[in-house]
Amino acid sequence: MAQSTRDAYGHVLETEIYKNPDVVVVDADIASSTRAEKFKNKAPERFFNVGISEQDLLGTAAGLAAVGKIPLAGSYALFTERGFEITRNSICLPNLNVKIIVSHGGLTIGSDGATHQAVEDLAIMRSLPNLTVINPSDAWETEEAVKAAIAHKGPVYIRLGKDAVPDIHESGSTYHWNKGEILRDGSDVALIGTGRMTAEALAAADTLAQEGIQAMVINMPTLKPIDADLIEKAARQTGCIVTAEEASVIGGLGSAVAETLVRRYPVRQEFVGIQDTFGESGSSADLLKKYGLTAADIVAAAHKARET
Amino acid sequence: MTNEELTHRAAEVRSYVVKMLAAAGAGHPGGSLSIVEILQVLYGEFMHVDPQKPHWPDRDRLILSKGHAAPALYATLMLQGFFPEAELWQLRQCGAMLQGVPDMNRTPGIDMSTGSLGQGLSAGNGMALGARLDHAAWHTYVLCGDGEIEEGIVWEAAMTSAHFKLDNLTLIIDHNKLQLGGTTEDVMNIMPIDAKFRDFHWHTITINGHDFTQIKSALQEALAHKGQPTVIIAETVKGKGVDFMENNKEWHNKALDAKDAATALKELGGEG
Repeated sequence: MAQSTRDAYGHVLETEIYKNPDVVVVDADIASSTRAEKFKNKAPERFFNVGISEQDLLGTAAGLAAVGKIPLAGSYALFTERGFEITRNSICLPNLNVKIIVSHGGLTIGSDGATHQAVEDLAIMRSLPNLTVINPSDAWETEEAVKAAIAHKGPVYIRLGKDAVPDIHESGSTYHWNKGEILRDGSDVALIGTGRMTAEALAAADTLAQEGIQAMVINMPTLKPIDADLIEKAARQTGCIVTAEEASVIGGLGSAVAETLVRRYPVRQEFVGIQDTFGESGSSADLLKKYGLTAADIVAAAHKARET
Repeated sequence: MTNEELTHRAAEVRSYVVKMLAAAGAGHPGGSLSIVEILQVLYGEFMHVDPQKPHWPDRDRLILSKGHAAPALYATLMLQGFFPEAELWQLRQCGAMLQGVPDMNRTPGIDMSTGSLGQGLSAGNGMALGARLDHAAWHTYVLCGDGEIEEGIVWEAAMTSAHFKLDNLTLIIDHNKLQLGGTTEDVMNIMPIDAKFRDFHWHTITINGHDFTQIKSALQEALAHKGQPTVIIAETVKGKGVDFMENNKEWHNKALDAKDAATALKELGGEG
Protein backbone atom coordinates (compact mmCIF):
# COMPACT_ATOMS: atom_id res chain seq x y z
CA MET A 1 0.00 0.00 0.00
CA ALA A 2 1.17 3.50 -0.66
CA GLN A 3 0.25 6.63 1.25
CA SER A 4 1.77 10.09 1.52
CA THR A 5 3.49 11.05 4.74
CA ARG A 6 1.22 14.12 5.01
CA ASP A 7 -1.83 11.84 4.87
CA ALA A 8 -0.30 9.71 7.59
CA TYR A 9 0.10 12.89 9.65
CA GLY A 10 -3.59 13.69 9.16
CA HIS A 11 -4.46 10.15 10.16
CA VAL A 12 -2.51 10.16 13.40
CA LEU A 13 -3.90 13.59 14.27
CA GLU A 14 -7.50 12.45 13.98
CA THR A 15 -7.04 9.05 15.55
CA GLU A 16 -4.67 9.72 18.45
CA ILE A 17 -3.01 13.10 18.80
CA TYR A 18 -6.16 15.15 19.29
CA LYS A 19 -6.86 13.19 22.48
CA ASN A 20 -3.91 14.90 24.22
CA PRO A 21 -5.48 18.05 25.72
CA ASP A 22 -2.15 19.91 25.73
CA VAL A 23 -1.70 19.63 21.97
CA VAL A 24 -2.77 22.61 19.84
CA VAL A 25 -2.36 23.10 16.10
CA VAL A 26 -1.34 26.41 14.56
CA ASP A 27 -1.89 26.84 10.84
CA ALA A 28 -1.12 29.52 8.25
CA ASP A 29 -4.19 28.76 6.11
CA ILE A 30 -2.79 25.71 4.45
CA ALA A 31 -4.16 22.96 6.72
CA SER A 32 -6.24 21.35 3.99
CA SER A 33 -3.00 20.63 2.19
CA THR A 34 -0.73 19.81 5.13
CA ARG A 35 -3.62 17.66 6.49
CA ALA A 36 -3.51 19.51 9.83
CA GLU A 37 -7.23 20.13 9.28
CA LYS A 38 -7.84 16.57 10.42
CA PHE A 39 -7.09 17.91 13.91
CA LYS A 40 -9.49 20.81 13.44
CA ASN A 41 -12.31 18.39 12.73
CA LYS A 42 -11.74 16.69 16.08
CA ALA A 43 -10.68 19.58 18.32
CA PRO A 44 -11.69 22.89 16.71
CA GLU A 45 -11.17 24.83 19.96
CA ARG A 46 -7.48 23.88 19.89
CA PHE A 47 -6.92 24.76 16.24
CA PHE A 48 -5.75 28.29 15.33
CA ASN A 49 -5.46 29.57 11.77
CA VAL A 50 -3.41 32.79 11.89
CA GLY A 51 -3.83 33.44 8.18
CA ILE A 52 -1.13 33.55 5.53
CA SER A 53 1.60 34.76 7.87
CA GLU A 54 4.36 32.27 8.56
CA GLN A 55 6.38 34.48 10.90
CA ASP A 56 3.32 34.98 13.08
CA LEU A 57 2.59 31.24 12.84
CA LEU A 58 5.92 30.39 14.44
CA GLY A 59 5.83 33.24 16.97
CA THR A 60 2.34 32.30 18.11
CA ALA A 61 3.46 28.69 18.51
CA ALA A 62 6.38 29.89 20.64
CA GLY A 63 4.02 31.75 22.97
CA LEU A 64 1.70 28.75 23.29
CA ALA A 65 4.68 26.57 24.16
CA ALA A 66 5.91 29.12 26.71
CA VAL A 67 2.67 28.62 28.68
CA GLY A 68 2.76 24.83 28.58
CA LYS A 69 0.93 23.89 25.38
CA ILE A 70 2.41 21.54 22.80
CA PRO A 71 1.89 23.40 19.53
CA LEU A 72 2.16 21.67 16.17
CA ALA A 73 2.88 24.48 13.72
CA GLY A 74 3.44 24.16 10.04
CA SER A 75 3.05 25.23 6.48
CA TYR A 76 4.80 23.96 3.38
CA ALA A 77 8.49 23.37 4.08
CA LEU A 78 9.42 26.28 1.84
CA PHE A 79 7.11 28.88 3.37
CA THR A 80 8.12 27.84 6.85
CA GLU A 81 11.61 29.00 5.87
CA ARG A 82 10.22 32.55 5.74
CA GLY A 83 9.98 32.42 9.51
CA PHE A 84 13.51 31.11 9.96
CA GLU A 85 14.59 33.82 12.35
CA ILE A 86 11.48 33.32 14.46
CA THR A 87 12.27 29.60 14.53
CA ARG A 88 15.77 30.46 15.62
CA ASN A 89 15.20 33.20 18.19
CA SER A 90 11.72 32.50 19.55
CA ILE A 91 11.69 28.67 19.39
CA CYS A 92 15.14 27.07 19.29
CA LEU A 93 17.10 29.58 21.38
CA PRO A 94 14.66 29.38 24.32
CA ASN A 95 14.33 25.63 23.60
CA LEU A 96 10.54 25.82 23.50
CA ASN A 97 8.40 22.75 22.99
CA VAL A 98 7.18 23.53 19.46
CA LYS A 99 6.80 20.83 16.81
CA ILE A 100 7.28 22.34 13.37
CA ILE A 101 5.59 19.87 11.03
CA VAL A 102 5.78 20.79 7.37
CA SER A 103 4.59 19.20 4.15
CA HIS A 104 5.74 19.48 0.53
CA GLY A 105 9.42 18.90 1.26
CA GLY A 106 11.72 18.51 -1.73
CA LEU A 107 10.98 18.72 -5.46
CA THR A 108 7.90 16.50 -5.60
CA ILE A 109 5.30 19.05 -4.57
CA GLY A 110 2.95 19.05 -7.53
CA SER A 111 4.02 21.15 -10.45
CA ASP A 112 4.09 24.63 -8.93
CA GLY A 113 7.83 24.85 -9.47
CA ALA A 114 10.90 26.29 -7.86
CA THR A 115 9.32 28.85 -5.51
CA HIS A 116 7.51 26.02 -3.72
CA GLN A 117 10.30 23.44 -3.63
CA ALA A 118 12.28 23.32 -0.40
CA VAL A 119 15.69 21.94 -1.36
CA GLU A 120 17.57 23.64 1.49
CA ASP A 121 15.27 23.19 4.51
CA LEU A 122 17.07 20.18 5.94
CA ALA A 123 20.40 22.01 5.81
CA ILE A 124 18.98 25.14 7.40
CA MET A 125 17.15 23.31 10.16
CA ARG A 126 20.06 21.02 10.89
CA SER A 127 22.17 24.07 11.71
CA LEU A 128 19.93 25.14 14.62
CA PRO A 129 20.96 24.13 18.16
CA ASN A 130 18.31 22.29 20.24
CA LEU A 131 16.28 21.30 17.16
CA THR A 132 15.68 17.65 16.28
CA VAL A 133 15.25 17.16 12.51
CA ILE A 134 13.23 14.22 11.20
CA ASN A 135 12.43 13.23 7.60
CA PRO A 136 10.21 10.12 7.72
CA SER A 137 10.28 7.55 4.94
CA ASP A 138 6.71 6.25 4.95
CA ALA A 139 3.29 6.44 6.57
CA TRP A 140 4.02 4.21 9.56
CA GLU A 141 7.25 6.01 10.36
CA THR A 142 5.49 9.37 10.12
CA GLU A 143 2.86 8.42 12.67
CA GLU A 144 5.49 7.07 15.04
CA ALA A 145 7.74 10.11 14.57
CA VAL A 146 4.89 12.52 15.32
CA LYS A 147 3.95 10.62 18.48
CA ALA A 148 7.58 10.43 19.58
CA ALA A 149 8.11 14.13 18.86
CA ILE A 150 5.17 15.02 21.10
CA ALA A 151 6.57 12.80 23.85
CA HIS A 152 9.97 14.51 23.49
CA LYS A 153 10.39 17.84 25.31
CA GLY A 154 11.99 20.36 22.97
CA PRO A 155 11.67 21.69 19.44
CA VAL A 156 11.35 19.22 16.57
CA TYR A 157 11.17 19.72 12.78
CA ILE A 158 9.37 17.00 10.82
CA ARG A 159 9.45 17.14 7.03
CA LEU A 160 6.62 15.42 5.18
CA GLY A 161 5.87 14.91 1.51
CA LYS A 162 2.98 15.38 -0.87
CA ASP A 163 3.21 12.20 -2.93
CA ALA A 164 2.10 8.72 -1.97
CA VAL A 165 5.22 6.70 -1.14
CA PRO A 166 5.62 2.94 -0.68
CA ASP A 167 5.28 1.41 2.77
CA ILE A 168 8.68 0.10 3.76
CA HIS A 169 7.78 -0.77 7.35
CA GLU A 170 5.47 -3.44 8.72
CA SER A 171 2.77 -1.88 10.85
CA GLY A 172 4.00 -3.66 13.99
CA SER A 173 7.57 -2.35 13.71
CA THR A 174 9.36 -0.65 16.61
CA TYR A 175 10.28 3.03 16.31
CA HIS A 176 13.55 4.11 17.87
CA TRP A 177 13.88 7.83 18.63
CA ASN A 178 16.97 9.36 17.01
CA LYS A 179 18.14 6.06 15.51
CA GLY A 180 18.64 4.82 12.01
CA GLU A 181 17.81 1.25 11.06
CA ILE A 182 19.34 -1.43 8.85
CA LEU A 183 16.63 -2.55 6.45
CA ARG A 184 18.85 -4.92 4.50
CA ASP A 185 22.26 -6.29 5.35
CA GLY A 186 25.20 -6.41 2.97
CA SER A 187 28.95 -5.86 2.91
CA ASP A 188 29.79 -4.41 -0.50
CA VAL A 189 28.36 -0.90 -0.16
CA ALA A 190 26.05 0.92 2.26
CA LEU A 191 23.12 2.89 0.87
CA ILE A 192 21.78 5.41 3.41
CA GLY A 193 18.45 6.99 2.54
CA THR A 194 16.12 9.47 4.18
CA GLY A 195 12.51 10.35 3.39
CA ARG A 196 11.19 8.95 0.13
CA MET A 197 14.74 8.14 -1.02
CA THR A 198 14.91 5.18 1.37
CA ALA A 199 12.48 3.31 -0.89
CA GLU A 200 14.68 4.18 -3.87
CA ALA A 201 17.70 2.82 -1.99
CA LEU A 202 15.86 -0.47 -1.41
CA ALA A 203 15.06 -0.69 -5.12
CA ALA A 204 18.69 0.10 -5.95
CA ALA A 205 19.81 -2.72 -3.64
CA ASP A 206 17.65 -5.17 -5.62
CA THR A 207 19.33 -4.09 -8.86
CA LEU A 208 22.79 -4.29 -7.30
CA ALA A 209 22.01 -7.79 -5.97
CA GLN A 210 21.27 -8.94 -9.50
CA GLU A 211 24.79 -7.79 -10.36
CA GLY A 212 26.19 -9.75 -7.42
CA ILE A 213 26.73 -6.65 -5.24
CA GLN A 214 25.31 -7.03 -1.73
CA ALA A 215 24.26 -3.61 -0.48
CA MET A 216 23.46 -2.71 3.09
CA VAL A 217 20.43 -0.40 3.16
CA ILE A 218 19.97 2.01 6.04
CA ASN A 219 16.94 4.17 6.68
CA MET A 220 17.96 7.41 8.42
CA PRO A 221 14.83 9.35 9.38
CA THR A 222 16.55 11.57 11.92
CA LEU A 223 19.20 13.88 10.50
CA LYS A 224 19.89 15.55 13.82
CA PRO A 225 21.06 14.16 16.09
CA ILE A 226 22.53 11.79 13.53
CA ASP A 227 23.01 8.12 14.42
CA ALA A 228 26.81 8.23 14.22
CA ASP A 229 27.32 4.73 15.61
CA LEU A 230 25.27 3.19 12.83
CA ILE A 231 27.14 5.20 10.18
CA GLU A 232 30.48 4.06 11.59
CA LYS A 233 29.28 0.45 11.65
CA ALA A 234 28.20 0.68 8.00
CA ALA A 235 31.53 2.22 6.99
CA ARG A 236 33.51 -0.48 8.78
CA GLN A 237 31.39 -3.26 7.31
CA THR A 238 31.18 -2.04 3.70
CA GLY A 239 34.04 0.42 3.14
CA CYS A 240 31.99 2.74 0.92
CA ILE A 241 28.79 4.71 1.31
CA VAL A 242 26.09 6.32 -0.82
CA THR A 243 23.71 8.83 0.74
CA ALA A 244 20.37 9.61 -0.92
CA GLU A 245 18.04 12.51 -0.11
CA GLU A 246 15.42 14.62 -1.85
CA ALA A 247 17.26 17.74 -0.78
CA SER A 248 20.41 19.69 -1.53
CA VAL A 249 23.62 17.71 -1.13
CA ILE A 250 24.88 20.74 0.80
CA GLY A 251 24.02 20.49 4.47
CA GLY A 252 21.55 17.62 4.66
CA LEU A 253 21.91 13.86 5.13
CA GLY A 254 25.00 13.58 2.93
CA SER A 255 26.75 16.26 4.93
CA ALA A 256 25.72 14.75 8.26
CA VAL A 257 27.10 11.37 7.17
CA ALA A 258 30.31 12.89 5.82
CA GLU A 259 30.85 14.87 9.02
CA THR A 260 30.58 11.60 10.92
CA LEU A 261 32.84 9.63 8.60
CA VAL A 262 35.73 12.07 8.60
CA ARG A 263 35.74 12.04 12.40
CA ARG A 264 35.27 8.34 12.95
CA TYR A 265 36.17 6.18 9.96
CA PRO A 266 36.81 7.90 6.63
CA VAL A 267 35.62 5.95 3.58
CA ARG A 268 34.58 6.89 0.07
CA GLN A 269 31.13 8.54 -0.10
CA GLU A 270 28.90 9.49 -3.01
CA PHE A 271 26.07 12.00 -2.64
CA VAL A 272 22.74 11.39 -4.38
CA GLY A 273 20.64 14.52 -3.97
CA ILE A 274 19.92 17.87 -5.54
CA GLN A 275 23.24 19.14 -6.85
CA ASP A 276 23.22 22.75 -5.62
CA THR A 277 20.43 23.90 -7.90
CA PHE A 278 16.81 25.05 -7.68
CA GLY A 279 13.99 22.95 -9.08
CA GLU A 280 11.30 23.67 -11.65
CA SER A 281 7.79 22.63 -12.68
CA GLY A 282 7.15 19.05 -13.70
CA SER A 283 5.66 15.76 -12.67
CA SER A 284 7.30 13.97 -9.77
CA ALA A 285 8.57 11.19 -12.03
CA ASP A 286 10.11 13.66 -14.49
CA LEU A 287 11.69 15.75 -11.75
CA LEU A 288 13.16 12.78 -9.88
CA LYS A 289 14.69 11.57 -13.15
CA LYS A 290 16.00 14.94 -14.27
CA TYR A 291 17.52 15.80 -10.88
CA GLY A 292 19.13 12.39 -10.37
CA LEU A 293 16.93 11.08 -7.56
CA THR A 294 16.03 7.57 -8.76
CA ALA A 295 17.09 4.05 -7.86
CA ALA A 296 19.15 4.02 -11.05
CA ASP A 297 21.06 7.07 -9.84
CA ILE A 298 21.78 5.32 -6.55
CA VAL A 299 23.01 2.24 -8.43
CA ALA A 300 25.37 4.41 -10.51
CA ALA A 301 26.59 6.17 -7.35
CA ALA A 302 27.20 2.79 -5.70
CA HIS A 303 29.38 1.72 -8.61
CA LYS A 304 31.33 4.95 -8.35
CA ALA A 305 31.74 4.64 -4.58
CA ARG A 306 33.12 1.11 -5.02
CA GLU A 307 35.85 2.30 -7.40
CA THR A 308 39.08 2.68 -5.51
CA MET B 1 1.63 52.01 45.50
CA THR B 2 1.14 55.76 45.81
CA ASN B 3 2.50 57.99 43.10
CA GLU B 4 5.07 59.20 45.61
CA GLU B 5 6.27 55.65 46.22
CA LEU B 6 6.33 54.98 42.50
CA THR B 7 8.34 58.15 41.92
CA HIS B 8 10.88 56.98 44.45
CA ARG B 9 11.00 53.50 42.92
CA ALA B 10 11.44 54.91 39.40
CA ALA B 11 14.38 57.04 40.52
CA GLU B 12 15.93 54.00 42.14
CA VAL B 13 15.53 51.95 38.95
CA ARG B 14 17.03 54.73 36.83
CA SER B 15 20.09 54.85 39.10
CA TYR B 16 20.50 51.10 38.79
CA VAL B 17 20.16 51.30 35.00
CA VAL B 18 22.91 53.91 34.79
CA LYS B 19 25.19 51.97 37.12
CA MET B 20 24.56 48.65 35.35
CA LEU B 21 25.27 50.10 31.94
CA ALA B 22 28.42 51.78 33.18
CA ALA B 23 29.57 48.50 34.74
CA ALA B 24 28.74 46.54 31.60
CA GLY B 25 30.44 49.06 29.33
CA ALA B 26 27.74 48.56 26.69
CA GLY B 27 23.97 48.62 26.28
CA HIS B 28 21.01 50.84 25.51
CA PRO B 29 20.41 53.67 27.98
CA GLY B 30 17.84 55.75 26.07
CA GLY B 31 15.20 53.08 25.54
CA SER B 32 15.72 51.65 29.02
CA LEU B 33 15.06 54.98 30.70
CA SER B 34 11.89 55.68 28.69
CA ILE B 35 10.00 52.64 30.07
CA VAL B 36 10.81 53.00 33.77
CA GLU B 37 7.45 54.43 34.92
CA ILE B 38 5.50 51.88 32.85
CA LEU B 39 7.41 48.99 34.43
CA GLN B 40 6.96 50.34 37.98
CA VAL B 41 3.20 50.59 37.58
CA LEU B 42 3.01 47.14 35.97
CA TYR B 43 5.06 45.37 38.66
CA GLY B 44 4.00 47.60 41.52
CA GLU B 45 0.25 47.56 40.88
CA PHE B 46 -0.93 45.26 38.11
CA MET B 47 1.22 42.17 37.58
CA HIS B 48 0.29 39.19 39.75
CA VAL B 49 3.69 37.57 40.17
CA ASP B 50 5.49 35.78 42.96
CA PRO B 51 9.26 36.27 43.08
CA GLN B 52 9.51 33.11 45.20
CA LYS B 53 7.69 31.12 42.50
CA PRO B 54 8.77 32.67 39.20
CA HIS B 55 7.14 29.82 37.22
CA TRP B 56 3.78 30.04 39.04
CA PRO B 57 1.40 29.01 36.23
CA ASP B 58 -1.29 31.57 37.06
CA ARG B 59 1.01 34.60 37.09
CA ASP B 60 0.55 37.48 34.68
CA ARG B 61 3.10 37.53 31.86
CA LEU B 62 5.22 40.36 30.52
CA ILE B 63 7.07 40.13 27.24
CA LEU B 64 9.67 42.85 26.78
CA SER B 65 9.61 42.79 22.99
CA LYS B 66 12.10 45.66 22.89
CA GLY B 67 14.57 43.34 24.57
CA HIS B 68 17.45 45.81 24.41
CA ALA B 69 15.73 47.76 27.21
CA ALA B 70 16.44 44.81 29.52
CA PRO B 71 18.38 46.82 32.15
CA ALA B 72 15.20 48.63 33.21
CA LEU B 73 13.37 45.30 33.54
CA TYR B 74 16.27 43.66 35.36
CA ALA B 75 16.46 46.44 37.94
CA THR B 76 12.67 46.29 38.39
CA LEU B 77 12.68 42.50 38.84
CA MET B 78 15.59 42.70 41.29
CA LEU B 79 13.72 45.24 43.42
CA GLN B 80 10.69 42.92 43.34
CA GLY B 81 12.93 40.20 44.78
CA PHE B 82 13.39 37.87 41.82
CA PHE B 83 17.18 37.76 42.23
CA PRO B 84 19.94 39.42 44.27
CA GLU B 85 21.37 42.83 43.47
CA ALA B 86 24.79 41.34 42.82
CA GLU B 87 23.49 39.87 39.55
CA LEU B 88 23.03 43.37 38.16
CA TRP B 89 26.77 43.99 38.13
CA GLN B 90 27.36 40.90 35.97
CA LEU B 91 25.18 42.23 33.16
CA ARG B 92 26.51 41.20 29.73
CA GLN B 93 29.39 39.20 31.23
CA CYS B 94 30.09 35.75 29.81
CA GLY B 95 28.12 33.20 31.80
CA ALA B 96 25.94 35.83 33.52
CA MET B 97 22.32 35.34 34.53
CA LEU B 98 21.59 38.74 33.01
CA GLN B 99 22.26 38.62 29.29
CA GLY B 100 22.28 41.71 27.07
CA VAL B 101 18.67 40.84 26.18
CA PRO B 102 16.12 38.82 28.20
CA ASP B 103 16.60 35.05 28.45
CA MET B 104 13.70 33.11 29.99
CA ASN B 105 15.87 30.11 30.79
CA ARG B 106 18.53 32.06 32.67
CA THR B 107 16.65 34.78 34.51
CA PRO B 108 13.83 34.33 37.05
CA GLY B 109 10.93 36.62 36.18
CA ILE B 110 11.54 36.65 32.43
CA ASP B 111 8.52 35.10 30.72
CA MET B 112 9.81 35.09 27.14
CA SER B 113 13.23 35.36 25.53
CA THR B 114 13.39 38.39 23.29
CA GLY B 115 15.90 40.73 21.73
CA SER B 116 15.30 40.39 18.02
CA LEU B 117 12.75 43.12 17.36
CA GLY B 118 9.16 42.39 16.43
CA GLN B 119 8.72 38.93 17.88
CA GLY B 120 7.01 39.74 21.19
CA LEU B 121 3.45 40.32 20.05
CA SER B 122 3.17 36.97 18.24
CA ALA B 123 4.45 35.21 21.33
CA GLY B 124 2.03 37.24 23.44
CA ASN B 125 -0.84 36.11 21.23
CA GLY B 126 0.21 32.50 21.78
CA MET B 127 0.24 33.05 25.55
CA ALA B 128 -3.15 34.75 25.50
CA LEU B 129 -4.64 31.94 23.41
CA GLY B 130 -3.18 29.43 25.87
CA ALA B 131 -4.71 31.29 28.82
CA ARG B 132 -8.09 31.35 27.12
CA LEU B 133 -7.94 27.61 26.44
CA ASP B 134 -7.27 27.04 30.14
CA HIS B 135 -10.05 29.45 31.19
CA ALA B 136 -7.31 31.19 33.17
CA ALA B 137 -7.65 34.74 34.44
CA TRP B 138 -4.05 35.86 34.02
CA HIS B 139 -3.17 38.65 31.59
CA THR B 140 -0.40 39.00 29.00
CA TYR B 141 1.39 42.33 28.63
CA VAL B 142 3.67 43.04 25.68
CA LEU B 143 5.93 46.09 25.77
CA CYS B 144 7.45 47.11 22.45
CA GLY B 145 9.22 50.08 20.94
CA ASP B 146 7.81 52.52 18.41
CA GLY B 147 10.58 51.94 15.86
CA GLU B 148 9.96 48.25 16.42
CA ILE B 149 6.56 48.42 14.76
CA GLU B 150 8.39 48.88 11.46
CA GLU B 151 8.86 45.09 11.59
CA GLY B 152 6.29 43.32 9.39
CA ILE B 153 5.58 40.54 11.87
CA VAL B 154 4.12 43.12 14.27
CA TRP B 155 1.27 43.71 11.84
CA GLU B 156 0.75 40.01 11.15
CA ALA B 157 0.46 39.60 14.90
CA ALA B 158 -1.73 42.69 15.31
CA MET B 159 -4.24 41.12 12.93
CA THR B 160 -4.12 37.88 14.90
CA SER B 161 -4.69 39.56 18.30
CA ALA B 162 -7.76 41.34 16.98
CA HIS B 163 -9.05 38.40 14.94
CA PHE B 164 -9.09 36.22 18.03
CA LYS B 165 -10.45 39.11 20.15
CA LEU B 166 -7.64 38.72 22.67
CA ASP B 167 -8.91 41.02 25.40
CA ASN B 168 -6.60 39.20 27.81
CA LEU B 169 -3.61 40.83 26.10
CA THR B 170 -2.41 44.43 26.30
CA LEU B 171 0.25 45.91 24.07
CA ILE B 172 2.13 48.95 25.32
CA ILE B 173 4.13 50.94 22.79
CA ASP B 174 6.98 53.01 24.14
CA HIS B 175 6.55 55.94 21.78
CA ASN B 176 9.81 57.78 22.40
CA LYS B 177 10.06 58.82 18.75
CA LEU B 178 13.74 57.99 18.31
CA GLN B 179 15.51 54.97 16.87
CA LEU B 180 19.10 54.18 16.02
CA GLY B 181 19.15 56.11 12.76
CA GLY B 182 17.23 59.17 13.90
CA THR B 183 13.63 60.14 14.54
CA THR B 184 11.02 57.58 13.63
CA GLU B 185 9.49 60.23 11.42
CA ASP B 186 12.72 60.56 9.42
CA VAL B 187 13.67 56.89 9.33
CA MET B 188 10.26 55.42 8.55
CA ASN B 189 7.11 57.32 9.19
CA ILE B 190 5.03 55.10 11.44
CA MET B 191 2.39 57.72 12.20
CA PRO B 192 -0.44 57.68 12.95
CA ILE B 193 -0.01 54.72 15.30
CA ASP B 194 -3.41 54.91 16.98
CA ALA B 195 -5.35 55.04 13.69
CA LYS B 196 -3.41 52.08 12.33
CA PHE B 197 -4.32 49.97 15.33
CA ARG B 198 -7.93 51.14 15.26
CA ASP B 199 -8.09 50.05 11.61
CA PHE B 200 -6.73 46.69 12.77
CA HIS B 201 -9.71 46.47 15.19
CA TRP B 202 -7.81 47.30 18.38
CA HIS B 203 -8.96 49.45 21.27
CA THR B 204 -6.45 52.29 21.57
CA ILE B 205 -5.48 54.58 24.45
CA THR B 206 -2.85 57.31 24.24
CA ILE B 207 -1.19 58.56 27.42
CA ASN B 208 1.83 60.30 28.84
CA GLY B 209 4.02 57.30 29.58
CA HIS B 210 5.76 59.01 32.49
CA ASP B 211 2.57 59.98 34.35
CA PHE B 212 1.70 57.35 36.95
CA THR B 213 -1.96 58.34 37.18
CA GLN B 214 -2.41 58.08 33.42
CA ILE B 215 -0.55 54.76 33.23
CA LYS B 216 -2.73 53.30 36.00
CA SER B 217 -5.97 54.44 34.48
CA ALA B 218 -4.97 53.19 31.00
CA LEU B 219 -4.09 49.76 32.35
CA GLN B 220 -7.38 49.63 34.26
CA GLU B 221 -9.24 50.56 31.11
CA ALA B 222 -7.36 47.89 29.15
CA LEU B 223 -8.28 45.19 31.67
CA ALA B 224 -11.91 46.27 31.64
CA HIS B 225 -12.24 46.47 27.86
CA LYS B 226 -13.76 43.29 26.45
CA GLY B 227 -13.95 41.84 22.96
CA GLN B 228 -10.82 43.52 21.63
CA PRO B 229 -7.13 43.71 22.50
CA THR B 230 -5.98 47.08 23.79
CA VAL B 231 -2.89 49.01 22.77
CA ILE B 232 -1.61 51.76 25.03
CA ILE B 233 0.47 54.25 23.12
CA ALA B 234 2.70 55.73 25.78
CA GLU B 235 4.21 59.06 24.79
CA THR B 236 7.66 59.00 26.34
CA VAL B 237 11.01 60.72 26.29
CA LYS B 238 14.00 58.68 25.27
CA GLY B 239 16.67 58.92 27.97
CA LYS B 240 14.07 60.28 30.45
CA GLY B 241 15.51 61.54 33.71
CA VAL B 242 19.04 62.20 32.53
CA ASP B 243 19.25 65.64 30.97
CA PHE B 244 22.10 64.99 28.55
CA MET B 245 20.45 61.81 27.26
CA GLU B 246 16.91 63.08 26.84
CA ASN B 247 15.72 63.15 23.22
CA ASN B 248 19.25 62.47 22.04
CA LYS B 249 19.53 59.56 19.62
CA GLU B 250 23.23 59.20 20.39
CA TRP B 251 22.16 57.53 23.64
CA HIS B 252 20.14 54.81 21.92
CA ASN B 253 23.14 52.54 22.15
CA LYS B 254 26.16 54.15 23.72
CA ALA B 255 28.37 53.06 26.57
CA LEU B 256 28.45 55.26 29.65
CA ASP B 257 31.92 56.08 30.91
CA ALA B 258 32.59 56.84 34.58
CA LYS B 259 32.17 60.58 34.06
CA ASP B 260 28.84 60.20 32.23
CA ALA B 261 27.59 57.87 34.92
CA ALA B 262 28.60 60.26 37.71
CA THR B 263 26.83 63.16 36.01
CA ALA B 264 23.71 61.08 35.43
CA LEU B 265 23.60 59.70 38.96
CA LYS B 266 23.98 63.16 40.47
CA GLU B 267 20.96 64.30 38.52
CA LEU B 268 18.99 61.21 39.49
CA GLY B 269 19.29 61.74 43.16
CA GLY B 270 22.60 62.38 44.69
CA GLU B 271 25.05 59.54 44.85
CA GLY B 272 27.59 59.99 42.09
